[in-house]
Amino acid sequence: MNPKTLRSLSRGLSLASLLLAIPLWALIVRLSGLPKFILPSPADVWTRFLVALQDGSLLRHTAFTLTEILLGLFVGVCFSTVVGYALAKSRALETVFAPYLIASQAIPVVAIAPLLVIWLGNGILSKVIICSLIVFFPVLVNTIIGVRAVSQSLYDLMNSLRASRWQILFKLELPASLPVLLGGLRIGATLSVIGAIIGELVGAQRGLGFLLQLGNFQYDTSMVFVAVFMLIALALSLYGAVALLEKIFIKT
Amino acid sequence: MPPFLSVRNLSLVYPDNNGGLRALDDLSFEIRPREFVCFLGPSGSGKTTFLRLLAGILSPSAGEVNFADSRQPKVGMVFQQANLMPWRNVLQNVILPLELEGADKNEARVKAREMIELVGLKGFEDSLPRDLSGGMAQRVGIARALVHDPDLLLLDEPFASLDALTRERMWTELSNIWQAQQKTVVMVTHSINESLFLADRVLVLTQRPGRIKLDLNVDLPRPRNDDVRYTSHFGKLAKELRGAIE
Ligand SMILES: Nc1ncnc2c1ncn2[C@@H]1O[C@H](COP(=O)(O)OP(=O)(O)OP(=O)(O)O)[C@@H](O)[C@H]1O
Ligand SMILES: [Mg+2]
Repeated sequence: MNPKTLRSLSRGLSLASLLLAIPLWALIVRLSGLPKFILPSPADVWTRFLVALQDGSLLRHTAFTLTEILLGLFVGVCFSTVVGYALAKSRALETVFAPYLIASQAIPVVAIAPLLVIWLGNGILSKVIICSLIVFFPVLVNTIIGVRAVSQSLYDLMNSLRASRWQILFKLELPASLPVLLGGLRIGATLSVIGAIIGELVGAQRGLGFLLQLGNFQYDTSMVFVAVFMLIALALSLYGAVALLEKIFIKT
Repeated sequence: MPPFLSVRNLSLVYPDNNGGLRALDDLSFEIRPREFVCFLGPSGSGKTTFLRLLAGILSPSAGEVNFADSRQPKVGMVFQQANLMPWRNVLQNVILPLELEGADKNEARVKAREMIELVGLKGFEDSLPRDLSGGMAQRVGIARALVHDPDLLLLDEPFASLDALTRERMWTELSNIWQAQQKTVVMVTHSINESLFLADRVLVLTQRPGRIKLDLNVDLPRPRNDDVRYTSHFGKLAKELRGAIE
């Protein structure tokens, strides 16, 4: 079997297993006889989904969460690539800052999220900051690895041609480390979804995390399911977007 | 005629944990404009280091390298490994020096295609380096070193990875380029044949730290073809070089 048919086969299998899961879920609900507020059936969740879609609340909250995620991702990635580049280029900076950076990783973001919400309010700012904090480290590490891995002899080539700092950055360092950078972004994108939800669970008036909590308080379990599925969809699309970027930019 | 470049008491020490590693020690010599000079020497004698100094990539630990018009000339460099950018195709790799100079895009493309044809890779413009054989990649490196018409050509064992036939074709090609464009060429090689076929002058370096052991004038007539290798004078020069290397 060639790799292409193998890939489409496995893709088909994963889709089939997904389709199989739904009747299985329905069957469990039917057999167990659990009440709707504990385990709603697929049909309940679907109806709730349509209602939330029609009254516009689902899209509004999703759009809000997505905005937080994208802003947080943007801020986190910008910061961590700039800092990562500086650390990759300077051993001195690295020895000074590396201990702080590693120590900062010992503090779970979940633990400081309430503080950030107290300090920055329960609006969008605190979520963006939580998101960017959670994205920061993995992207930073990948940036350092990526820039350090640029081959010395390609630097030699650029220097023998009298390339400027900017030319070296844009024509060598950036394209050479792009695969590793995008790898970091891929991890960051998934983490940023978690960051936004943590922020919203701690305190918010909008967003999927808020919807999740609302559903929880009101025993509207179908709503919780809808919110969770929306989150999964968000995470998958972000992941897919990065994979698409990789496909476009990485030829080797 | 003033020398194209003069090297005076040049030393290079690479920093390491115990006092530094001395790669080159007190080199002094001159190279005339348009001269073709070959460097022979055992592995680790500092040949690559020396080329990096000439290219201005590295600064000397002591002594100096001076150029005729007292500024760094335009350099074309061929590396020991092909040293291509894996994310660029052949054409994009060859065009790089012109791109960095800010040359007109269309002219650059025409020039690059010419060079690709010269090294016998017509039809491979769109190939990525991973799809090339070692010898083909090396020829892309040679095209890239020539494309921006440099004053000084630095070649670090450029033909080591080529098969014998291609290698000898490249010798003739390089000879022709050098005679037509009259660049100054400094080439590192392990091959006595190669150095005698191409060079005006061969310098032999000692074991590390590299010092000059022999400065041999190659007074074989040009253009040199296959037959030159079977002359007794060629044999005499080769013997002299062999003696110096051991
Ligand atoms: N960047 C570097 N840092 C430290 N030491 C180096 C560096 N580059 C080369 N050296 C050392 O300097 C010496 C000379 O190296 P160089 O590469 O110039 O030798 P070479 O004559 O080109 O050898 P070869 O024929 O194997 O290519 C070697 O002992 C090498 O280990
Ligand atoms: Mg070498």
